[in-house]
Amino acid sequence: MNPSVSQAFMAVLKRDLMLSYRHRNELLNPLFFFVLVVMLFPLGTSPDKSLLLTMAPGVIWVAALLAAMLSLEILFRSDYEDGTLEQIILSPHPLAMLVLAKVVAHWLVTGFPMLLLAPLLGIFMYLPEQGIITLMLTLLIGTPVLSLVGAIGMALTVGLRRGGMLLSLLVLPLYIPVLIFSASTVDAQLANLGISGQVYFLCAMLVLAITLAPVAAAAALKISIE
Amino acid sequence: MTSLTTRDIACTRGYRDLFAGLNLSLKAGDLLRVEGPNGSGKTSLLRILAGLAQPAEGEVLWDDLVISSLDSDYRNQLLYLGHKPAIKYELTPRENLTFAGHLADFSDRQSIDAALEQLGLYGFEDILCAHLSAGQKRRVALSLLMLSQAKVWILDEPYTSLDVAAVAFLEQQFQRHLESGGILLLTSHQPVGRISGHLRSLVLPELSLQQVDV
Repeated sequence: MNPSVSQAFMAVLKRDLMLSYRHRNELLNPLFFFVLVVMLFPLGTSPDKSLLLTMAPGVIWVAALLAAMLSLEILFRSDYEDGTLEQIILSPHPLAMLVLAKVVAHWLVTGFPMLLLAPLLGIFMYLPEQGIITLMLTLLIGTPVLSLVGAIGMALTVGLRRGGMLLSLLVLPLYIPVLIFSASTVDAQLANLGISGQVYFLCAMLVLAITLAPVAAAAALKISIE
Repeated sequence: MTSLTTRDIACTRGYRDLFAGLNLSLKAGDLLRVEGPNGSGKTSLLRILAGLAQPAEGEVLWDDLVISSLDSDYRNQLLYLGHKPAIKYELTPRENLTFAGHLADFSDRQSIDAALEQLGLYGFEDILCAHLSAGQKRRVALSLLMLSQAKVWILDEPYTSLDVAAVAFLEQQFQRHLESGGILLLTSHQPVGRISGHLRSLVLPELSLQQVDV
């Protein structure tokens, strides 16, 4: 990578992390949401161990999808509103790299903390130790995909004043493959079956998303600011 | 050779034609002030010239090459300041400029501090921009003019919320830019004062009601 591009990448990453740090109370909201949604299920169904254990991978992953989607706003919204996005687009550096830097920063402040909260939620849902470790593995591979794919949806809707609902309609269907493979990985682990097939599939999705999503989001941003 | 040319560009907003068949030719040392009533398409024209928007017809050429084909070779030469300040309120002036510097490939701390000092922001470098006044925020954005190496400056309403001293500074920067062979385009409702060089005005016409076909 051209040294000035990597410098610009690091500058965007550092700036976004610093901005997140200065708004750190806002960052807690998606995490509280993540924990609360999972906690609602035992209250709404029954605290029965076998039932919760059956639901655990799916419920935790659905909550992670929703929390990731709610946190997408911070990716481009404020940059769009104060004109910084125009400056980023007009920078001579490849826009896809700068978008990737923003997505990495977004994952570090949303996806990564969810990964750290997962053991707590696993205990709520009676997941055994091995299940919790597998859950964390799927979150480690899966949440970056959520941030990357979400960036495309956010880039498309950033110019709309009330884009929130449209964003969820655009993004949630794209999250379905991640949900299916992640939840089935944990299920397979709980049934003492091999999980390598599903994990490879998740890894493939991550590679695909890293390669294509920044390019697609960059193109969408250019359309959105016109 | 430095030249920015437009060939028959047209711009449409919604169902209205803002302008059509616009030919401009700007060479090193030229200043073009775009005038016109509100809604006449000044900002749209500047955004087209910056490559942020596409013209409905025609093309924009930099050194006789279409800017969309030049991509980063054109953006390297360009400084665009829109009427949104592009300043993060949660960052200090110094952090804002350092970030802008990384985007545009200047990042030397001494020149950033010198620019801030010259704009009267000495002592405010490490205060969050949220705590600065509107004029001071504008000044942070305008300090980019001192740091930028760009050949083409496109400034949308640069005089907004500036005091007399800041206006004088701004015009001094304009003069320096034109003398070093730059091109300057700006929109402004007030005349540009005390600048020698090749100054021109483009007056965009007011829309007549007949043109509005809904």
